[in-house]
Formats: sequence, C-alpha cells, structure tokens
Amino acid sequence: MNMIIIGAGECGTRAAFALREAGFSGAVTLIGAEHGLPYERPPLSKPDGDGVQRKTICDQAALEGAGIAYMPGTTIAAIDPALRIVRLADRELPYDKLLIATGAQPRRLTCPGAEHALDFRSHADAARVFAGATGPVAIIGAGLIGMELAAVLRARGLPVTVIELGPAPLGRAVPPRFAARLHQRHETEGVRFHFGQAIAGIDAAGVTLADGTHIPATLTVSAIGVVPDLGLASLAGLAVGNGILINARLQTSDPHIFAAGDCAAIAGQRYETWRNARDQAQIAALNMLGQAQDFAALPWFWSDQYDLGLQVVGTPQDAPILRSHPDGTEIEFHLQGDRLIAAAGLGRGNAVARDIKLAEMLIAGGQSVDAASLADPSVGLKSLLKARKAA
Amino acid sequence: MRDTVNWVTACHLDDIEQEGAIRFDHAGRTYAIYRAPDDSVYCTAGLCTHEAIHLADGLVMDYEVECPKHSGAFDYRTGEALRLPACANLKTYAVEVVQGEVRVAL
Ligand SMILES: Cc1cc2nc3c(=O)[nH]c(=O)nc-3n(C[C@H](O)[C@H](O)[C@H](O)COP(=O)(O)OP(=O)(O)OC[C@H]3O[C@@H](n4cnc5c(N)ncnc54)[C@H](O)[C@@H]3O)c2cc1C
Ligand code: FES
Repeated sequence: MNMIIIGAGECGTRAAFALREAGFSGAVTLIGAEHGLPYERPPLSKPDGDGVQRKTICDQAALEGAGIAYMPGTTIAAIDPALRIVRLADRELPYDKLLIATGAQPRRLTCPGAEHALDFRSHADAARVFAGATGPVAIIGAGLIGMELAAVLRARGLPVTVIELGPAPLGRAVPPRFAARLHQRHETEGVRFHFGQAIAGIDAAGVTLADGTHIPATLTVSAIGVVPDLGLASLAGLAVGNGILINARLQTSDPHIFAAGDCAAIAGQRYETWRNARDQAQIAALNMLGQAQDFAALPWFWSDQYDLGLQVVGTPQDAPILRSHPDGTEIEFHLQGDRLIAAAGLGRGNAVARDIKLAEMLIAGGQSVDAASLADPSVGLKSLLKARKAA
Repeated sequence: MRDTVNWVTACHLDDIEQEGAIRFDHAGRTYAIYRAPDDSVYCTAGLCTHEAIHLADGLVMDYEVECPKHSGAFDYRTGEALRLPACANLKTYAVEVVQGEVRVAL
C-alpha cells in the first residue's frame, strides 16, 4: 500500500506520523513545496527573541525513524485520480490513498502597487519581513496575524500603523469584547489605526488610503487573510467550494482522496487553525487506513499579543455570560438554551487556559450548566464538571 | 561522582489546591509542584518540553497536567509525555511533605 501526502505543513506532517502511530507499515511519502524540514507557522508571528524563528515540527531523525519518505522543495502540479498517480516534474508516483493538505495562501491585494506589500505566511515571508522592519511599518489587515505582527514590531520600538477595511479589528473570529480589549491595548502601546479605509495605492514610500491620507512606511505587510489554492483539486475533478469539499470522514468526492487542514471545507466550513490542522490530520490518517472515523473535534485557537493570551473554543454567539477574575482575566461563556456551546477568554499569559480547557470539556459533555455558576469566579469550573459526572 | 541532593523548602501543602499545581522558582530555574487528588505531592521541571511554557498554568486532572498552550500532556508522577505535541519527557524531582511543608530534592 502506498500513502501519499501532498503538503508538508502542520497537517500533512502530522498525518504522516499518525499513519505510523496507527500501525501502518506500507510506504508513506510526504511531499512539500517548501524547502527544509516541516515547521510550525504560529511562532512566525510570535518570535521568542530577535528575528524570525523556525520551530520545526520534527527533525530528520524522526522522519527517518518513522520511515517517512520526505520530499521537500517539490510542488505537485497534477493528480490523475483515474490512474491513481500524482505527477512530478520528472516522474509519476502511484498511490492507494492520497491526502491533500496544501493549506492556504495569502490573499493578494489588487490596488496599484500591491507588489510592494509583503505577505506573511511562510518562514521565508517572515524572514523577509523581519529583515526589512527597520523603520515605520504599515500593516494592511487587522485580523489575528496583522495584530500579532503589529504587537511584535511595536515591542521592537518601530512605529506601526494598521489599516483595516472593516470598522473594527479582529472582526471574524474574536468576540467583540475581547477584540475591543486587544484594540485598546494596541492603542496604549502606540499602534495607529485606520478603519473603514480602502487602499488607493502602495509604493516604496508607504500607503495611500482612499481618502488621500498618506501613511509613510518603509515596509508594508499585507495580512488580509488566506485562501486555499484549489487549482490542483479542480484539475483532478474533485468537488470544490470555499475549499476542497470533504465529508465527515474527510473524504473528497473521490473516495481514494482525502483533504484536511486549511485547504479543506467540511460541511461548508473551512478552519484556519493549528489544532484543526492536527485534529483533521489524525482523523484523515485513520480513514485512509479504512477505520471509518467521523470528524467531530471542536474548533479551538489561541492568539498572543503583547503579554495577553486569547483562547477561543467552539463558535461564539451573541449575548455571552461573563466571568471576571480579580486579576483581570475574563472568560465569556456562550450558551444555547442551557448547554454550553462556546467559550472565549482573554488574560495575561496563559491565565485563561485552564478555564477554556474545562469549558471545552463541559461543551463536549453536553449536559446543562447553570448560568449563575458560570458567571461566579469563585465557583470552580472543575466542580461543575465533577458535579455533572457524579449526577 | 554523585550529585549532592539539596532539599529545598518550596511551599506549604495548603498553598497548592488539591488536584492543582503551582510554579516554584529557585536558583534561576523554574519548577512545577503538583498536589494530586489523593494529596500526594510531586515536582517536575516547570517548563513544557514543546515550548518554554509554564506547566503550572495548565489544567491538572487526576495524575495528568495539560500544557496551557497546545494541550500537550504529561504524567506528573513520572514526567512521561502522554500527548503530542509534547514528545520529550519532563525531569522529575523527589518531594517530601513534613508537617505540611513541601520540600523538593533539587
Ligand atoms: C503567521 C501565522 C501565525 C499563526 N498563528 C496561529 C495561532 O496562533 N493559532 C492558531 O490556531 N493558528 C495559527 N495559524 C494558523 C495555522 O498555522 C494554520 O492553520 C496551519 O498551519 C494549517 O496547516 P496546514 O498544514 O493545513 O497548511 P499549511 O501550514 O499552509 O501547509 C501547507 C503546505 O503545503 C504546501 N503546498 C501547497 N501546495 C502544494 C503542492 N501543490 N505541492 C506540494 N506542496 C504544496 C505549502 O507550501 C505548505 O507548506 C497561524 C498561521 C500563520 C501563517
Ligand atoms: S508548549 Fe506545551 S504543548 Fe506546546
């Protein structure tokens, strides 16, 4: 049996190891367009020291030890599902099961001078950005990556301006209360913001907004979100929408081809988070081995900005219940009826981690929870979990 | 040559919640001290082996501590890494509790 994985990011790499952990002894080939060992992306926008860090997911010895044939610097241009082969420049590789884990690529600006704005997705991108960040920086897009990068560059003492088309930062995934707190913190740190502004043009001297305002910048970074490259999948005749369409088993419209991570849309929903990439990798690997596992993990992500840590589990709705700890840590609980469906927290360092983990367990448990207890910081969430287990 | 064991008083048993952990810093290093559900006490290196994250901020359940960052997990009695992305084990240190005082062999 031949297993081939296209894309050696968080998802593809985890899947390769997961195949081995599940006892598969046939051939595993992991093919990635990028050079060097597979690495984690989150630390790119949260560097420990100066400059960019490359935190590898595994070392060469681990790949060899697991018998994974790793082919870095190799881009797959075509899949032939009828013959079950992937085409490389100089040869063809046959597969029994194929996993597409090609991630997502930065959305490009379309304004005049867009080529002056650097992307921020890969290690190479990050190296370019940090090397060039020696003067005023303009960041286009106030999403998680733009805001994290703003915090890092501001902490290095650089003047930073964030430009956002929407009316507020962190519009999509972060509950408004925490988006506002993070925004406030950036203001306090001296980051300048322009909201509701399209870009008229970019040049080597900076960014010009639609209203004519000119923002001087010696470096402009574009962080306006990512989109999966669906070319490979559509060329192979696979069903695509906002991502490569997969069922609960993470199978594409071709039963021998699976897709997972940032490139895949399950029930119409694409997730762009580190844990999702890993969780889907795990399930995809088991299903490639015929284990018929449904994917059911809850969405979860974190973000670090300055000394603040955010964590979100589930999909937050309106009108949450708030738990405020004396140290300023806040947790929001989102209920549907009397069931917990999502929680989000913001606090210093990893202060929210315990509560968010317990919330995740309460969500997974699915029993009713008492709103008053959730709001009361003196009631330990662990006691709610245990009370429920005992009941 | 044998390392000389240095017993250091870290805290009082009551300073640690049952099924909880606290961070303990000593001589430029950081440790995590755990109080198990049965009130037994354990000590490990303080930082996760995946990234340098303080494990005392993580959730303690039974004999397991979960890293607050990426949910790696360890058995804090043995230091064994139980769940990815943590794969290297934690160093552990002997602990004794004398009249409510927690001492660690560092
Ligand atoms: C700067 C940054 C910070 C982030 N921070 C966080 C965070 O704090 N928390 C969080 O939850 N998530 C975070 N994320 C998101 C997280 O990193 C992604 O969700 C995750 O990397 C997705 O993994 P993936 O393997 O699906 O895709 P990717 O990591 O994008 O990997 C896909 C790989 O496939 C390769 N590839 C594409 N096409 C081909 C082809 N045809 N042939 C061969 N190879 C190909 C690509 O080059 C790439 O290496 C961050 C992302 C970035 C960029
Ligand atoms: S830092 Fe502990 S699991 Fe990543």
